[in-house]
Amino acid sequence: MATSPARRVPRRSDLTPYPFLVPSLFILAVFLLFPVASALVISLQEFSALGAGTWVGFDNYLRLLSDKAFHNALFNTFYYTGVSVPISIGLALMLAVLLNAGIKGRTVFRTAIFLPFVAPLAIAAIAWTFLLDPDIGMATPWLRALGINLGGWVRDSTWAMPAVIIVGIWKNVGFFMVLYLAGLQQIPREFGEAAAVDGANPWQRFRHVTWPLLSNVTLFVVVIAMIGALQAFDQIFVMTHGGPFFKTETIVMIIYREGITNLEIGYASAISFVLMLLVFFLSFLQIRFFGRREIRY
Amino acid sequence: MAKVRPVRPRWVPRSPWRMAIYLVLVGFAFITLFPLIWMIVTSLKPDTEIVQQPHILFPASPTLEHYQNVWPRANLGRLFINSTVFATTATAGALVFDSLAAYALARFEFAGRMFAFVLVVFAIMVPFQVILIPLYKLLSGLHLINTYQGLIIPRLTTAFGIFFLRQFFLSIPRDLQDAARVDGASALGVYRHVIVPNAVPAFLTLGLLHFMGNWNDLLWPLVVAPNAKMQTLPAGLASFVGQHVVEYGLLMAAATLAMAPVIVLFLLVQRRFIEGIATTGMR
Repeated sequence: MATSPARRVPRRSDLTPYPFLVPSLFILAVFLLFPVASALVISLQEFSALGAGTWVGFDNYLRLLSDKAFHNALFNTFYYTGVSVPISIGLALMLAVLLNAGIKGRTVFRTAIFLPFVAPLAIAAIAWTFLLDPDIGMATPWLRALGINLGGWVRDSTWAMPAVIIVGIWKNVGFFMVLYLAGLQQIPREFGEAAAVDGANPWQRFRHVTWPLLSNVTLFVVVIAMIGALQAFDQIFVMTHGGPFFKTETIVMIIYREGITNLEIGYASAISFVLMLLVFFLSFLQIRFFGRREIRY
Repeated sequence: MAKVRPVRPRWVPRSPWRMAIYLVLVGFAFITLFPLIWMIVTSLKPDTEIVQQPHILFPASPTLEHYQNVWPRANLGRLFINSTVFATTATAGALVFDSLAAYALARFEFAGRMFAFVLVVFAIMVPFQVILIPLYKLLSGLHLINTYQGLIIPRLTTAFGIFFLRQFFLSIPRDLQDAARVDGASALGVYRHVIVPNAVPAFLTLGLLHFMGNWNDLLWPLVVAPNAKMQTLPAGLASFVGQHVVEYGLLMAAATLAMAPVIVLFLLVQRRFIEGIATTGMR
C-alpha cells in the first residue's frame, strides 16, 4: 500500500517541509524526549521530601534486585500478561473465524463485541466491580447456580487477579478480533475451496490453510497484546488498587505507588526503565518482523 | 487503506453448524454487552429494587433520581467540562500538528528526514509511564499542574498519529498533488486542498482514537490534574468510588453519563472506524 515517498521529489532539498514539522517535533522533544532523558537522570538519584536530589549511582537499580515488592509486581505483571494474552487472542481468533463464516448480522456482532474497546476502562471497571460483587452483585447468584464461585471477587486474594484479567480480556477481545477479521479477508477464498475439494474438513482447513496464512497477523496481535498487558493499570487502579495484600500490584501500579504516593521518584523511575526495556524488546521484535513491509524510506 | 471489501465467506457451513455459530456469537455478544446493559438499567432503578433479592434485570418503576442526585454529589458538571475541554482541544490540536508533520514526512525529501522518522518511531515505543514523573516535574516547574494547559499541551501531538497519517498520506496518488502544483499551489495549498480532503477517513479514525484516548485516560489526568476542580471524569469517578462504595445506583448513573459521549461518537462512525482500525493494524 505504501509507495516510496521519494519517488518524484527533486533531489535538491529545500526549507519548505520544516515549518510543517516543527510544531510536532518541538512538542515531542520537550514533552517526550527530554522527559525520557530526565527519567534516566532521576533514576540515578535519591530525593528528599523537599525534592532535592543526591546522586546515588545505580543504587536504585541495585535495590530492584533485592526488593520483594518489585519482584512481586514483576510476577503479577507476568501473571496478568501470561493469562490475559493467550485467552484474549484465542477468543478473538475464534470469533473472527466464526464471523467470517458468511453469517447474517456480521456487522452487528462485530460492533457489539468491539464496543468495550472504546468504552473508558476505568469507568467500565466500576460496573464490573459491582456486577460480580459477592453480596450485592446481580450476576453472582447466576454464576453460583452454574457452580462458579468467585469468592470475595475484587477483595479476595485469589480472585482479585483473575477479576482484573477478565476485565482486561473483555476490553481487548473485540479489537484483536477486528484485526484477525481484516487478516481473514485477505485470504483468497479459493485457498479454502481448493482444500475442501481435496477433502479437508473445516478444522483441517483452518489448521493447514487459514492458521499459517494468519501468522503475520498473529505475531502482530501477540506483540501489541503483550505491550498492552505489561502496561495494565486502569481497571486495577479502580477495582483493587493493587490489593488485596499487593496481589494485583503490577509494574505500573508500583510505579504509581512509589513515584506518586510515596514520592520515591528515583526508585519509581528505575522501575519504569525496566518496563521500558520490556516494551522495547517486544517492539524491536515487531519491527524486525514487519520492518521490511511497513517502514520504507 | 480502509478499503471495504465485500464479505467473502470461505466456507458456508450447513445448518447445524450454522446454528452453533449463531449460538456462540449471540452468547458472546450478550456477555460482552451485559455489564454495560446492567450498568444502564441499574442506574434507572430505585434503591429498593437495587437491593431486592432475587435481582430483576429491568426496573419495575424506572426513575431518574440517581442522575439527579449524583450530578451535584460527584460534581459531574465540573468533571464533564474538564473532560470535554481536555479531550476536544487535545484531539483537535493533535489532528492539526500530527497531519502537518505527517505531510512533511510523506511528501518531502529533506535533510534530517530519516532522523525525524526514527524519532517518531522511537516515541511510539516509549511507554507513557516512563515519562510520567519527569513530565510532572517539568509541568510543575512551569506552574502548569492543575491547569488545562498542563493537561493538554503534551497531548497536542502524538507520535502514533504522525505515523498513522504518514502511512495514509503515502497512499494518496501523487498525480493529484502534481496537478495542483502545476496550477501553482504552494506546499500549504497542497496540504489543504489535496491531502486533507483525500484523507477524511484517516482523520475520522484518528480523531476518534485521540478523543477516546483522552476522554478515557485515567493515569495522566490523575497525576497532572489531581485537584477536584480540575479532575476529568475517569479520575473524578475513580475517587468517587472510593468514597461511596455502597450507593451503586449513583455510581452507575455517573458511569453511564461518563461513558455516553464516546459510545455515541463510536456508534455514529462505527463501521468506518472499525475498518480504519483494522487496516491500521495491518498497515
